[in-house]
Amino acid sequence: MVQKLDTLIESPSQTAGPYVHIGTVPTYAGLGGIYEQEIGDSPIADGAKGEVITITGTVADATGWVLRDAMFETWQPDAAGKFAGDAGADPAVSGWSRVCADPESGEWTLKTVKPGSTTLRDGRVQAPHISVWLVARGINIGLQTRIYFEDEDNSADPLLNRIEQRPRVDTLIAKRTGDGEYRFDIRIAGPQETVFLDI
Amino acid sequence: MTDQSPLIPRNREMHPVPYYPDYKTSVARSPSLPLISMESTPSEETGPRFGHNKLGALDNNLILNWTKGAAPAVGERVLMHGRVLDENNRPVPNTLIEIWQANAGGRYRHIKDTYFAPLDPNFGGCGRTITDENGRYEFLTIRPGAYPWPNRGNEWRPMHIHISVFGHAFGQRLITQMYFEGDPLIDRCPIAATIRERSQLDRLVAPLDMASARPMDFLAYKFDIVLRGRRQTMFENKMEGM
Ligand SMILES: [Fe+2]
Repeated sequence: MVQKLDTLIESPSQTAGPYVHIGTVPTYAGLGGIYEQEIGDSPIADGAKGEVITITGTVADATGWVLRDAMFETWQPDAAGKFAGDAGADPAVSGWSRVCADPESGEWTLKTVKPGSTTLRDGRVQAPHISVWLVARGINIGLQTRIYFEDEDNSADPLLNRIEQRPRVDTLIAKRTGDGEYRFDIRIAGPQETVFLDI
Repeated sequence: MTDQSPLIPRNREMHPVPYYPDYKTSVARSPSLPLISMESTPSEETGPRFGHNKLGALDNNLILNWTKGAAPAVGERVLMHGRVLDENNRPVPNTLIEIWQANAGGRYRHIKDTYFAPLDPNFGGCGRTITDENGRYEFLTIRPGAYPWPNRGNEWRPMHIHISVFGHAFGQRLITQMYFEGDPLIDRCPIAATIRERSQLDRLVAPLDMASARPMDFLAYKFDIVLRGRRQTMFENKMEGM
């Protein structure tokens, strides 16, 4: 017998199921009032520094059908690239939110500030992006992806440069549709499948 | 000071397979192309923190939180308790845990659940708490009923409680389910079977814990949760020219 490791293994994931909203966004599920303060309404508070933007999109399955029950969380730094908890971070940016698809149309909207760029420990710079963690019925382990921006310089981003099939990079880039407005559609599978991450 | 070392890469062998035809919904909801793997970055190594100030006194008591303490929910009273640890075998303190579940009859309080088992007017079905400095948490709830769902011809979910855990890094984010020791429906459930290794599925089955049960009041089930850890080695290589 070899020596025993002191480490543990992460608990296995299971699908969030169709009723994920009960536990995460109770008001959406019809349980409004069970908590005095729900969490995740918005990643920003009044007075957040930087450009306020709105991103709209959908989440579609392999057949192109838009999910009505998709829920994802977002995490991002403030306009200067500092995460909540970092020294000097904007106190009006929590950086975290929960986004639900509309139960009728499946469309979702995220209002936030455009994040700043961030630096890796080896010195390379990441282009501005918002991290996404998507869960729903039928998704057995949460799907990680990122929202980058068409009007930023993404050419040296370490993650985007790892994607071999260059046209796929496009699936991670929000398109500008107006002043401070962007479009970002997520496709879990099928044509133009979104790039998902294992980070 | 918080540890900002890289996260240990996920061991996906231990996780459920994304595409599992017996769980029909997973077929169109699983990526068909490989995930892009990379060492974690600040985007995954940091994450939201939640203070106790957001929580109400009854938030972790599902027997009473729906009625604000006015009347208890129907069902077998159960204490669900355990610890949140990371892969480095360290407790994860001050982290938010959220749970949701069906009532004793197997019915969810949700706009989309139309199962004819009745709603319990005294049961909502969600709770939340923050782990203490040793990573411990507890919920008082009722044992959820098994329930039927549309999948194959006659499909029933085993009794289960859904659990969401944050950790201290967005890359640690995890949602899973707790099953109950001895439930014969676990072996028939295609959702449980998405975890291909039986020894891994067993880690989601909570044992009856009589040492924590309170006589004439509630039974107890113990459920520990392990989140991704962080690499502990000190040697770092820099990219050429940095
Ligand atoms: Fe469930």
